[in-house]
Amino acid sequence: MTTIRSILGRREAGIFVMIVLFAIAVGIAKPQFLTLNSLRIVLLLVPLILIGAMGQMLVILARHVDLSIGSVLGFSAMVTGMMFRYHPEIWWPLGFLLSVGIGAGLGLLNGVLVTVFRLPAIIVTLGTLNLYRGLTYIVSDARQIDRQYVPSALKAMSQTSPIFGIPWIIFISFAVVFATWWFLMHTRLGRQIYALGSNPVAAPLRGIDVTGVTLLVFTISGALSGLAGILYASRWGFVNPSNTGAGFEFQVIAAVVIGGVSINGGVGTVLGTFFGVILLGCVAAALPLLGIAGTTQNAIYGAVIIVALLIDRTVRRQGVKSLARARA
Amino acid sequence: MTTVERRSVAAGRESAPPRPLWHTVLVRPETMTLVLLVVAVFAASALSPYFLDLSYILRSFTLSAEFAIVALVLTMIIIAGEIDLSPAANMALSACLFAYAQAAGVPMPLAILIGLGAGVLMGVLNGLMVIGLQLPSIIVTIGTMIFYRGVAQVIAGDKSIRVPDWFIGINNVFIVGVPVPVVVFIVLSIVLGLVLGVTVFGRQIYQIGTNEIAARHAGIRSRRIKMILFILIGFVSAAAGLMTASRLGSVRYDLGLGGELQMVLMAMLGGTYIFGGRGTILGTFLAAWLLVIVSTGMTVANLLPATQLTVLGILLIVSIIATNAIYSRAQR
Repeated sequence: MTTIRSILGRREAGIFVMIVLFAIAVGIAKPQFLTLNSLRIVLLLVPLILIGAMGQMLVILARHVDLSIGSVLGFSAMVTGMMFRYHPEIWWPLGFLLSVGIGAGLGLLNGVLVTVFRLPAIIVTLGTLNLYRGLTYIVSDARQIDRQYVPSALKAMSQTSPIFGIPWIIFISFAVVFATWWFLMHTRLGRQIYALGSNPVAAPLRGIDVTGVTLLVFTISGALSGLAGILYASRWGFVNPSNTGAGFEFQVIAAVVIGGVSINGGVGTVLGTFFGVILLGCVAAALPLLGIAGTTQNAIYGAVIIVALLIDRTVRRQGVKSLARARA
Repeated sequence: MTTVERRSVAAGRESAPPRPLWHTVLVRPETMTLVLLVVAVFAASALSPYFLDLSYILRSFTLSAEFAIVALVLTMIIIAGEIDLSPAANMALSACLFAYAQAAGVPMPLAILIGLGAGVLMGVLNGLMVIGLQLPSIIVTIGTMIFYRGVAQVIAGDKSIRVPDWFIGINNVFIVGVPVPVVVFIVLSIVLGLVLGVTVFGRQIYQIGTNEIAARHAGIRSRRIKMILFILIGFVSAAAGLMTASRLGSVRYDLGLGGELQMVLMAMLGGTYIFGGRGTILGTFLAAWLLVIVSTGMTVANLLPATQLTVLGILLIVSIIATNAIYSRAQR
């Protein structure tokens, strides 16, 4: 009984129930939604968002936010694509190193601006969102990387599979999820991120290197956006200076907050974020099936963020109340 | 984040010797903005003689006058310690609702009222969540920014909606040789500058931004004042949206896309302190002109729009760093 209650009482259970209810509701209207094929569609929609969400979750846990991830994705994908175009002889897996490295560098720059100059992350990353996007146009001369330049081995990662017909790209994203879970739950640094986000004033008093941890979360967020960048090239086979990664930050932030990560920092789990991404993926997969135009997607993302904020607030207040009751 | 910042700033304040008058007057962010403005005018006129022609600058200003108008109110919101990232999306949604209504046969005056009313409602919604539910304005307005523009996209689809011919061209109507949007901007600057500078209401905004708890203990109705500001920015954004519709002649859901960067940039360049409590309308007024000179200069110099984006992004970051540095110097 207690085990069941402790499972049901968790935030993740709530999101999971929402996914199930949503799938059933859509399934009643359109039975073909409840097939393995649509599971495949959902899983193919989410890898990039999943990877971005893991990085964003770390940043939000530390009580910051990173709006620039879409532009980081675009920039690192573009530079990597240009390497493929001008140096097709290079061993293609090096593209991963380049893309992740560039992403990490851009993320580190965000972190430096936030820590050294003590600026609010939201304004800094609003600035770098535009800065990095502009740089993408400049380095690419506003030209797209076309299909023929993306190595076919890289494109194949989104189609071929090592096992069970599940493409590589999904395994990669799940590996990132697992690594993030392990990092957050089983390393000292991971726990320090929670501590910093829960109480930024107390964290340095407990000997936590606030600057270091903050730099780390921004760098990881950037690096994962870089990884999402090269996977974008794999998934779609092209890199466009204006489209690639545009609006990525909205999808990711929506997924993270619906996954129960508190925007006030310190609260949230990998499992919750994972479910949040899956729920958004289900919604995105169901819309065309239900004959709803793609133009409603952004309204839904926005509404999801607002609703998740309201839920977060209710949960927090109940937590405070139950604490007060326990003390009384 | 904010509290930590304030505390560390307050720590250095203990034994401040009286500062000389020139120091008080000159070491101000607005002075920096003014100097930059003069430099920009000289640099731009070296680039192209058109910049010495006032009517050319006035014409260029109409391109960003809508954002500048909203930036004035945004300045007050930032001074009060909050932020609003949704006005550009608000502009798009109000304009779309207006255009959709008049295309559906609603009489013009009513359609305009619908647009303005929608803007006010959007401001109320932001205000309710930030003030009533005490959610952080940064994240609330990111959410509503996406939501409002998303709804605009639902209403207008990917098409653009035309507005009637007589409604087009507010930027080509002149009052004493000055285009109407610029006149609106200047008048609003004077009014809001007076409100912020000399009225009790204005001074209370500074107090809320400096220390909201202390302000409340001093009997300032901070929640009401903030609500008024959010409603005001909603209304002004809607009006700016309609002005944009009139300038462009048609409305699409991506009207004013990315405008939040320009608005925040104008406030920051004008020396508004991002953590609240400091800043002036004069600063934002000067910064708006500075930004127009810079972006027009970049266009004249044939820089791609994307390159201009880079420059604006760098300007934003540099201007916050500079403003923070000036304020922390002034503290000593």
